[in-house]
Amino acid sequence: MKNHKWSRGVAVVGAGMSRFGAFADKTSRDLFVEAYQEMKSSIDKGFDPDRIDAFYLGNFSSDQFEKQAHLAPILASWIGLSPIASVRVENACASGGIAIRQAALAIASGEYDVVLVGGLEKMTDLDISAVTEALATAADTQFEIPAGFTFPGFYAAMATAYMAEHGAPREAFYHVSIKNHENGALNDKAQFGQTIKQIMESKKKRAEEKGRPVPEWQNEIEFLSDPKGNPNIAWPMALFDCSPVSDGGAVALLVAEDIAKEFTDTPLYLIGSGQASDGALPDRETLASIPAAEAAAKQAYAMAGLTPDDIDLAEVHDCFTIAEIMAIEDLGFFPRGGGWKAAMEGKTARDGEHPVNTSGGLKAKGHPVGASGVGQLNEIWKQLRGVAGARQLQGNPRIGLAHNVGGSGQTCVVNIFERRD
Amino acid sequence: MSEYTLTSKNFYKALKQKQLIGSKCQVCGSYAIPQRQICPKCHSDQNEITTYVGSGTLKAFTVIFVPPVKMAEAGYNAKNPYCVGIVELDEGPRISAQILDVDILQPENIKIGTKMEMTTITRGEEADQTTFLAFRPA
Repeated sequence: MKNHKWSRGVAVVGAGMSRFGAFADKTSRDLFVEAYQEMKSSIDKGFDPDRIDAFYLGNFSSDQFEKQAHLAPILASWIGLSPIASVRVENACASGGIAIRQAALAIASGEYDVVLVGGLEKMTDLDISAVTEALATAADTQFEIPAGFTFPGFYAAMATAYMAEHGAPREAFYHVSIKNHENGALNDKAQFGQTIKQIMESKKKRAEEKGRPVPEWQNEIEFLSDPKGNPNIAWPMALFDCSPVSDGGAVALLVAEDIAKEFTDTPLYLIGSGQASDGALPDRETLASIPAAEAAAKQAYAMAGLTPDDIDLAEVHDCFTIAEIMAIEDLGFFPRGGGWKAAMEGKTARDGEHPVNTSGGLKAKGHPVGASGVGQLNEIWKQLRGVAGARQLQGNPRIGLAHNVGGSGQTCVVNIFERRD
Repeated sequence: MSEYTLTSKNFYKALKQKQLIGSKCQVCGSYAIPQRQICPKCHSDQNEITTYVGSGTLKAFTVIFVPPVKMAEAGYNAKNPYCVGIVELDEGPRISAQILDVDILQPENIKIGTKMEMTTITRGEEADQTTFLAFRPA
């Protein structure tokens, strides 16, 4: 067996998610229920909630965002699952991907047969400066935050190191944003349903309607290069380099491989999984890549017995555009310094050689931090089962990879899923 | 013997006296900043406080236009941005710090590899005033 270290294999038999966005009239538990309902209806042969043995919830900080800690048993009870074991998993923005891995390990150990995995975050109840403060607690608050760093700032600093090391122009980042918005425009769950071109045109139209001078942007690159259209957040990261503040929930049902066919004839098998950690940004040997991502990917490929070229699609953690460029190198899709060129040449587009973030990614789909990792699994679930609608990849994709990063790279988890015919 | 000990708060205590401290492992000789009780390289618990000269090289930076609350309170905003970066000390380890006296409004003119020297900056009002690490071009 390929997963030689695991006592038994693990399969995904259902997945669902709420829409991602800003929902003032909903609480986190409403978003969770929305995702859970969709997950239930995705299980081809139907399912009895009484079969669930345990619940793992990825959630970064409901205590800060909603003043509600201890969220896992509260949600389990809310949908009638008490007294099952319920655990909240916190690894910053990687909480969702880690919850998947922890659930899988619990199944592989033989302890549980059927595990519900959730990812959830309700961020927009706080104002933007309070959200920024909450997110900052994922960094080293004693020695990095007092220096003046913000999360966009960490990734911006990595971007300057990357640009200096590989000669990348700022324009390369714009291509990530344009591509992910194009994909997100085809995803009815995405926070942003507009392409960058549509956003640019609507800004021009608004200027015209208000009798203001109409900007002379000829194309998306001109628009994104203009601080009036795309203001700086943390140079060289500007507004359209950054994922948004979001609310959202995502859910998946994981089961032991030997019972998967009781739920569906088309399960996805978790064939590779890896996780690694790292120190604060200054403590790393390189600032132009994320070493924990490379380490997690190596583990996942080794377990699956695969190479990067075997991956048909990847959902990567594009919290900022530079993060996607580093990710496609850390995952081995492109050589060091080749990521920015690949982005500019369209190699990560839906019809490119390595399709990345067909869902729109965190950039366009939205980034409710604890939900993002489970949201990635939802896209892989749809693409590998051929039900991704207008954004469905051609060529019958069979293997999908999810790459979920916490903080500025202190945590990374990589999970690889396979559909077997 | 240094007047500072290896616990975390000593870093800012020393900074207030304009001293940049860290630790040096007595077993493998590697430096850490801030100071550690356990050497991150060889796991030894034989570490002593060391005082850095305070010169180094800029390895990465950003210019922050949307500041966090504490920096906004210190007067920074989109029209008055600030630079923060990562400096590699001549002794080897790296640290995050505010970067002063660089071309904030033309960030493309700020160069990685620029030689830096340590200084400090105080932020906050009266009783809350704290001394933070900063660097400027040497």
